[in-house]
Amino acid sequence: MCLALPAIIVEIRDADMAVIELGGVRKECSLALIDDAAVGDYVIVHVGYALTKLDPEEAEKTLQLFAELGEAALAAE
Amino acid sequence: MKYVDEFRDGELAKGLAAAVAIATKCAADATRSYSFMEFCGGHTHAISRYGIADLLPANVHMIHGPGCPVCVLPIGRVDMAIALALEHGATLCTYGDTLRIPASHGLSLLKAKSQGGDIRIVYSCADALALAQAHPEKQVVFFAIGFETTTPPTAVVIRQAQILGLKNFSVLCCHVLTPSAIGHILESPEVRDYGTVPLDGFIGPAHVSTVIGSRPYEFFAEEYRKPVVIAGFEPLDVMQAILMLVKQVNEGRAEVENQFSRAVTREGNLKAQNLVAEVFELRREFEWRGLNIVPYSALSIRGHYAQFDAEKRFPLSYRQVADNKACECGAILRGVKRPWECKLFGTVCTPENPMGSCMVSSEGACAAHYTYGRFKQLVQA
Ligand code: SF4
Repeated sequence: MCLALPAIIVEIRDADMAVIELGGVRKECSLALIDDAAVGDYVIVHVGYALTKLDPEEAEKTLQLFAELGEAALAAE
Repeated sequence: MKYVDEFRDGELAKGLAAAVAIATKCAADATRSYSFMEFCGGHTHAISRYGIADLLPANVHMIHGPGCPVCVLPIGRVDMAIALALEHGATLCTYGDTLRIPASHGLSLLKAKSQGGDIRIVYSCADALALAQAHPEKQVVFFAIGFETTTPPTAVVIRQAQILGLKNFSVLCCHVLTPSAIGHILESPEVRDYGTVPLDGFIGPAHVSTVIGSRPYEFFAEEYRKPVVIAGFEPLDVMQAILMLVKQVNEGRAEVENQFSRAVTREGNLKAQNLVAEVFELRREFEWRGLNIVPYSALSIRGHYAQFDAEKRFPLSYRQVADNKACECGAILRGVKRPWECKLFGTVCTPENPMGSCMVSSEGACAAHYTYGRFKQLVQA
């Protein structure tokens, strides 16, 4: 039950609600647990509640690090 | 899907696997091996599903931890939920994952439902609240299970129920705490029976940590000298976390590192933490399936919100129900035994008819091995 994937906010409604999209499927989700969410933000959603926003810069850095670590290792082999 | 596919890239996985292999050869003691526990069922799932164990050198062992809320829910709590529906005429709302957990007297929530219990699957606790609003004539109880990820939503609906003045909504609170379980694995009376815990470090939870932050793990790093690397749930995240753990061990470091920096901060989600603190308080003790009684490891509803506490609204009592004596979950959850070393594995105990916690959901150690690892082992034997 913990395998939530990051979903994008496509619409913000009133009463802390939003519409999110994941792999083409749209769903309602509550924003009651986070602040300053905006359309276009990616959020991690559990049981209908967004728990956190994803930081796109940090995601990019992590991906770059994967590539660097791997390249260095493959070159050394 | 963005933020998913790139973190499952096969080419990058090869590179990371090579990096782990090189790192393990850099140990001061060339014969050493590494045992890491992934606490979360989500990581167990990723490791089994993507065959991460196959990408690791032979001297790196992954041990599946107790971080699956369905697995650690003790039978006695499921019995209480069943009693609510069958004996007290309540409408019980539950996440779908709990339906098949075998309870006492050959029952499960699913069977109780077929016997006429009003048991409904909800996707969110908000659905349970909406049901109570729409049906003032029903007593609606939400069966609240899970770790720090599902607790804040439960806090939100309890607060809403109070604001709405609902008289027919309550919560059977079974929320448990990750740090207490990690502490219990590292230091419990049973550790003496099982021998020393052969753990060199932990992969820390992904989504739980988005809520509680990375700070709570600093205690384990300092006090027990065990490195902790918080990791995302995608396979490349797990590979990188393993690499980071190997490096910490090699360099004699025991620190908290955050691989999942795209979602986790040191402080965590303060808004969620404050809500949880307002609605819940620590329980003195709580039974975990597979770990037994763990002190201060769960939450109950504060007195201020007592009218929404199903344990206060209904005459319910908790009775501990033992698992099959031959079940080795206690040793498996502490990393001392492997699923296939249990006599019941795959014969008496299967996912259809689990005897112990580790077989209950696909995120449990025994179930994961039953589903993904068993045949490979047969072929190799
Ligand atoms: S196989 Fe079943 S009985 Fe054995 S340890 Fe695993 S869950 Fe327990």
